[in-house]
Amino acid sequence: MKSIISVDKLTKKFSGLNAVDEISFDVKEGEFFGFVGPNGAGKTTTINMLCTLIRPTAGTANVAGYDVASQSSKVRENIGLVFQDTTLDDRLTAWENLEFHSVVYHVPARERKQRIDHVFDLVELSNHKNDVISTFSGGMKRRLEVARGLLHSPRVLFLDEPTIGLDPQTRRRIWDYLARLRSETNMTIFLTTHYLDEAEPCDRVGIIDHGKLIVIDTPNALKSRVGADVIHLSTTDDEKMKNLLETKYDVTVKDVKGELAFEKENAEEFLIRVVEDFKPYLTSIGVRRPTLDDVFLKLTGREIRDEDVPPKHSMSSIASRVKGGR
Amino acid sequence: MDLEAIYIIWLRDLKINWRDRGNLIGALVRSVLWLVVLGLGLRAGFRSVGGVTFSQYIFPGIIGMTILFAAVQSAISIVWEREFGFLRELLIAPIPRTSITIGKTLSGATWATLQGTVVLALAPVVGVSLTVTQVLLTLLLMLLISVTLTGIGIIIASRIVTFQGFGVIVNVILMPMFFLSTAIFPLPWLPDWLKAIIMANPLTYAVDLLRLVTIGLYDFPLMLDLGLTIGLCIILTTAATFLFVKEI
Repeated sequence: MKSIISVDKLTKKFSGLNAVDEISFDVKEGEFFGFVGPNGAGKTTTINMLCTLIRPTAGTANVAGYDVASQSSKVRENIGLVFQDTTLDDRLTAWENLEFHSVVYHVPARERKQRIDHVFDLVELSNHKNDVISTFSGGMKRRLEVARGLLHSPRVLFLDEPTIGLDPQTRRRIWDYLARLRSETNMTIFLTTHYLDEAEPCDRVGIIDHGKLIVIDTPNALKSRVGADVIHLSTTDDEKMKNLLETKYDVTVKDVKGELAFEKENAEEFLIRVVEDFKPYLTSIGVRRPTLDDVFLKLTGREIRDEDVPPKHSMSSIASRVKGGR
Repeated sequence: MDLEAIYIIWLRDLKINWRDRGNLIGALVRSVLWLVVLGLGLRAGFRSVGGVTFSQYIFPGIIGMTILFAAVQSAISIVWEREFGFLRELLIAPIPRTSITIGKTLSGATWATLQGTVVLALAPVVGVSLTVTQVLLTLLLMLLISVTLTGIGIIIASRIVTFQGFGVIVNVILMPMFFLSTAIFPLPWLPDWLKAIIMANPLTYAVDLLRLVTIGLYDFPLMLDLGLTIGLCIILTTAATFLFVKEI
């Protein structure tokens, strides 16, 4: 399959700092690609460059066959975008928002009504077509934005943290729409998220940290890199237990958020031994199968949520940063 | 150039302006109040200029004020759109930026001209009788002036960051532009230093043109008025386009 996104040594500097540092990767046509990393790792900056919202400082990126720097209009015509922050016109109705979008994205006039109806169906908002956006809940707005992003049948759909700040029910729904979409079309989806569990259904996942792409592979391959299952335990004296465990079992113990964790094959059987050996010191113990969170932990030495900060990528801060960057 | 995009941007702005009924009513009430109350209130103290009453004298000035506020307010909506995210949808659309400025300029100008027309329709109330030619010329002038004023609005909008700034804009730019034109004071009454300020105000010449067409009075030569008004229209529209294209 041919690449629909190819990125070569893409770099973005903001006042001397490398927000994105020489990253290179390819996304194949029809692929569901997850771009994960903690807040501030460079995900949004990368997506902004791929969507032609900001110019790369160095390197090149090609999306849907067009160069993001020199053919931005062509790139824009072929991509759909769903941002972290709403970009709906809250004083127009849902239908008017989609109509506006279909015109500025050059959807042929005779196809507009049918396509608008279709995407309304997809996100189950047909009953709210004529409601003004200011009456919509946050979840409804995000669903409508997904619908709008699909309206002009883009070849690549970019979703920048699409479920941030949404209730679990709406998150579920958005994933259902995307699953349905993927079963019906060959659309490429480029997702950024800092919820690693959301990246599980991706075909491939790229992990970015401090502006550098650390690894890129299928979720299963990534998890097998972590190798074994993980035993995690809370104890009465972490410092002492860490040493005891390391000397006794010849393992490397990490201290994460007040919990000790180490890898072990066949952890469920090994658990019994740990309990027998250290019972007086244990307050709780458990086994976890590797998840993408563990992959991140293994590769960076810390948990992805450690870096959690309140979402600060509001429209105005992006606008001012972007303005300054150009 | 993308005509359909220009059209939908124009249409969307007009829809939004029209739906903001409170704002529209407020604007028209303000114009009527100025015209009727100020006109009547100061009638006694007004030394007749060219055989017109004070209401008649300020009539073209009030039209000027109406389109000034309407045009700038319409363009300032860009700040609102930036704050609430919609501007981003507009800026990333695969259309030339100039289509956006043109759409916004036309919508602001249309909206201002429509409001100006409502005030123009009050001509009989203040005893100004107009021929069809005068009405058509006034409409044309209003459109030209509105385009310029929308350009000013876009320039302001690309410079200010928050919507709270609009009150400041009204007090710091719009009210002085209105007062420091010949909208409500005949030029010969004023001291020289004030005359100098008024002559530096572009709105002065626009009001002078409106006054010439509606009641036949003027302070400056027609060619000066026309040259400055058209010249400014071109300069400000170009500047607005340039500043807006740089956005994001």
